[in-house]
Amino acid sequence: EDKEDKEDESKKEENGSQQNRASRRKNYQRKDRDGKKAGEEESRKKDRGKAAPRKDQKESGNREKKTTKKGMERENKQKKDRRNSTSSSSNSSDEESLSEEELAMLMEQVEQKKKLISTMRNKPWRMVKKLSVLREAQAFVEKFEGALGKGKGKKLYAYKMMMAKKWVKFKRDFENFKTQCIPWEMKIKEVESHFGSSVASYFIFLRWMYGVNLVLFGLIFGLVIIPEVLMGMPYGSMPRKTVPRAEQETAMDFSVLWDFEGYIKYSALFYGYYNNQRTIGWLKYRLPMAYFMVGISVFGYSLMVVIRSMARNANESTGDGDDDNFIFSWKMFTSWDYLIGNPETADNKFASITTSFKESIVDEQESNKDENIHLRRFLRVLANVLIICCLCGSGYLIYFVVKRSQTFSKMQNVGWYERNEVEIVMSLLGMFCPPLFETIAALENYHPRIGLKWQLGRIFALFLGNLYTFLLALMDDVNEKLAEEDVVKNITHWTLLGHHNLSVGNDSTITPPPLDPADVPRGPCWETTVGIEFVRLTVSDILVTYITILVGDFIRACFVRFMNYCWCWDLEAGFPSYAEFDISGNVLGLVFNQGMIWMGSFYAPGLVGINVLRLLTSMYFQCWAVMSSNVPHARVFKASKSNNFYMGLLLLILFLSLLPVAYTIMSLPPSFDCGPFSGKKRMYDVIQETIELDFPLFVAKIFSYVANPGLIIPAILLMVLAIYYLNAVSEAYQRANAELKRKMQMQREEEKNKRNNKASTNPMLQDLEDLLTPSMKTESPPKEAEDKKIESPNRTSPVRKPGRAAVLDGSPMAGRRGAAFAPPSQVFVTQPLTLGVRSPYPGQPRPWGHPPGPVPGRGRGQPRY
Amino acid sequence: RASGSGAMGGSASLIPREALGEYQELTFLSKQEILVAYKRFSELLPKEERENAYSMRVPKSDILTLPELRANPFQHRICHVFSTSETGDDSMSFEDFLDMLSVFSESATSDIKSHYAFRIFDFDDDGTLDNKDLEQLVNCLTGQGEESQLSSAEMEQLIQNILEESDIDKDGTINLSEFQHVVSRSPDFARCGGLQG
Repeated sequence: EDKEDKEDESKKEENGSQQNRASRRKNYQRKDRDGKKAGEEESRKKDRGKAAPRKDQKESGNREKKTTKKGMERENKQKKDRRNSTSSSSNSSDEESLSEEELAMLMEQVEQKKKLISTMRNKPWRMVKKLSVLREAQAFVEKFEGALGKGKGKKLYAYKMMMAKKWVKFKRDFENFKTQCIPWEMKIKEVESHFGSSVASYFIFLRWMYGVNLVLFGLIFGLVIIPEVLMGMPYGSMPRKTVPRAEQETAMDFSVLWDFEGYIKYSALFYGYYNNQRTIGWLKYRLPMAYFMVGISVFGYSLMVVIRSMARNANESTGDGDDDNFIFSWKMFTSWDYLIGNPETADNKFASITTSFKESIVDEQESNKDENIHLRRFLRVLANVLIICCLCGSGYLIYFVVKRSQTFSKMQNVGWYERNEVEIVMSLLGMFCPPLFETIAALENYHPRIGLKWQLGRIFALFLGNLYTFLLALMDDVNEKLAEEDVVKNITHWTLLGHHNLSVGNDSTITPPPLDPADVPRGPCWETTVGIEFVRLTVSDILVTYITILVGDFIRACFVRFMNYCWCWDLEAGFPSYAEFDISGNVLGLVFNQGMIWMGSFYAPGLVGINVLRLLTSMYFQCWAVMSSNVPHARVFKASKSNNFYMGLLLLILFLSLLPVAYTIMSLPPSFDCGPFSGKKRMYDVIQETIELDFPLFVAKIFSYVANPGLIIPAILLMVLAIYYLNAVSEAYQRANAELKRKMQMQREEEKNKRNNKASTNPMLQDLEDLLTPSMKTESPPKEAEDKKIESPNRTSPVRKPGRAAVLDGSPMAGRRGAAFAPPSQVFVTQPLTLGVRSPYPGQPRPWGHPPGPVPGRGRGQPRY
Repeated sequence: RASGSGAMGGSASLIPREALGEYQELTFLSKQEILVAYKRFSELLPKEERENAYSMRVPKSDILTLPELRANPFQHRICHVFSTSETGDDSMSFEDFLDMLSVFSESATSDIKSHYAFRIFDFDDDGTLDNKDLEQLVNCLTGQGEESQLSSAEMEQLIQNILEESDIDKDGTINLSEFQHVVSRSPDFARCGGLQG
């Protein structure tokens, strides 16, 4: 299909250029009439060329005049256009006479048409009209753009135009392709139509997150895991890549694998598996370096993406809603969510709009009437105290549990619960605390919107507190492991030495059989432990989320639906009822999950893969759950630009998850016998090493200078100063903005006054308008008018009578943006008769159907008053 | 030469390729969206007429069965505003349908959206929003139920408040430019619309 299309396009192109060539040739034709070279075909072409341009150009001249009549061209360009069109129609007969100036004008005109074509979709016209105007404009452009440029430039110009056209087409195809590539569009639309845009915004967020994680996944898998698997030393070749002898019998048991021990622990999914060999494989791939850089770029990319999308969101919100002048009007004109396609949701929406109307009326009437302020204050303080107690309690619980798990880990034969206690407790806290907070928040009696913000903030604090307590406890664990490592290091050393001595003592001629990697004693490898903790946490989070949905939504919905037939009260309307989709909770869950991924991905490269799977399944699962077992919100609120709120949370989480990772990289020594950085003092030494060994000397020198604190501190200072300066500038802009706004308001007031005074001077006109309006209700005139229009230019002479033009083009509602709107088009016909003023509306700078002829006094808006 | 999605099967006719290109130029819809729109449009027609859905008109009652319009309180207004029917029965041709989808699509500018929103809200088609229009608008927004309707005092108060806010020239009605001025500053308006193509 595309091929065909292109062929078609190029054919058109060819035609155009042929015509040009032909018309040029026609001029030479006179000179060499004998036509030495002219074969049969050639002459045919000439004939066509001769005949076609004349007719076409005449036609297009007419058309162009007509389009100007329609008011597409600005009045002040009218004259120029007219001249142009005459010149261009003469253009066909003697082309050489085109002067520089005319050419420029023609060019400008063509550009204008092009602009018109590209902005046509913005015009509130009927499709029929848009189509006809588009065709005209396109025909015009096609006709004349070939005539532009001179001599050799002409060919170049035509070529450039052709390329531009191709480029536009390519861009359009690419856009089409891109929209086709966006997954789940229909799914989300379906949810949107059932639940309104706020629920859909969660799914859009989920999709966005999926995209980000896909990129991270590609980065980590492509640059770290796959090279290691393909080119690194195989499993079993060295101690860090082998399951220890003691664990080997159970290493394949499901219960062990489920805890990410056994074979999974000693796989490329975790930090410990990687070797500290500087280069691997025939590519001399520097894996440790790649590992480090990928770890950093995961954060770099995420930061960039989040900030970019935040900036875009901020840019898009034009009216930042900062002025409260239009509360009622906004409620009135913009409160309906046009995406709702479900009657039930619509009913809820009706109810919520009504209450919001009533609320705002009441607010307006008694804006500051608060009798029980002391009680309310007391209740709010009480609620906050309770919630802080909850937060502290949950934090302590987690700390306690993590500590306990450390003692469990030293014991043998611990049960399933003991092993997974931390994850279970954290998930349960995440499940039960938010509803508890909600119950407590009922005491406070906030406005729902403010209440939602508070609720979000509290849940955020809870999650954050839990996460950080968990991290602190983990850090304790790591320090313990580090101490343990020193001991193990000695043991390993002595074992290897002893083995060596033993073999030397036995037989000095035969090289000793190497010690089996499984038997080598090894350190605890705290990095892998951390990685496993995060993976476990993520997996248990996934399970808890899914089970919550299954039980809390689906089973509940089934129960309510089917037990309703034999129950003593109405289950659907009464107590259990159906669940609502909890947007804020879900978004926060997603955000925190992402935080764990960011934190854990350095020590468990496979974690991102798990997360991609999670997001993929949860897209389908949650879509299904929401459609099958949730009911629309009782208070349907529209997704406004609060997206940046979620993005802000994400940014905060990103920053907070960057901290512990950066801390461990910068200040903890890596394990001595596992991971890509083993044997180094610090992980970042890998960069220094690479620079020293792989780069010329001066780079190393430069690097050492740059890394000097004497340089870094001034740089940071400079950045702080820049921030300060930019902040000051933006403040100044804001002030200027406010100033301008005030000025505008003042001007408006002034205008208003002026108008009010003058309104009485011209009541006749007003009456006329009022009388004429009802007659414009039928929609038929535009079509007729258009039909006539299409035929007329061929018949009528280039200069048309003004009155007639006005009648023909008077399609009533079809276009006139930014116009005062009130005047129906017949006014144009009648007004000159009654008042003798042509363009009566100040708000309407371009009356339609302006005659092309040089009629004096018909220019841009004569003042009405 | 014609193009169309294969999924349409034999029951629907195809959009000519040139027209498809022009529609892409003239609307805010992508190629896929236009094709889906065409499919859905032809599904509204009886089976025997699908062959030339391109030139057929769908009566208003069938247009209103679309899920996106079914729940919309302004369904009649929307049909009326976008229809080019000469008889005034508010039936829609495919091009009217495309016009409608384009305006409601996500990528449409708020300028054109506000223009059409004004016309939708302008119940008596006189080019201004006066008291009666606003009253009808409120009634549409609060639904048909008795308990959700506002009392007449509340209504009066509400309309008065609205006029106070947005009627800049104090002529008792809201005209298009006033409307656009108000709506363009609304944080919510940009997300207004987005019919499922």
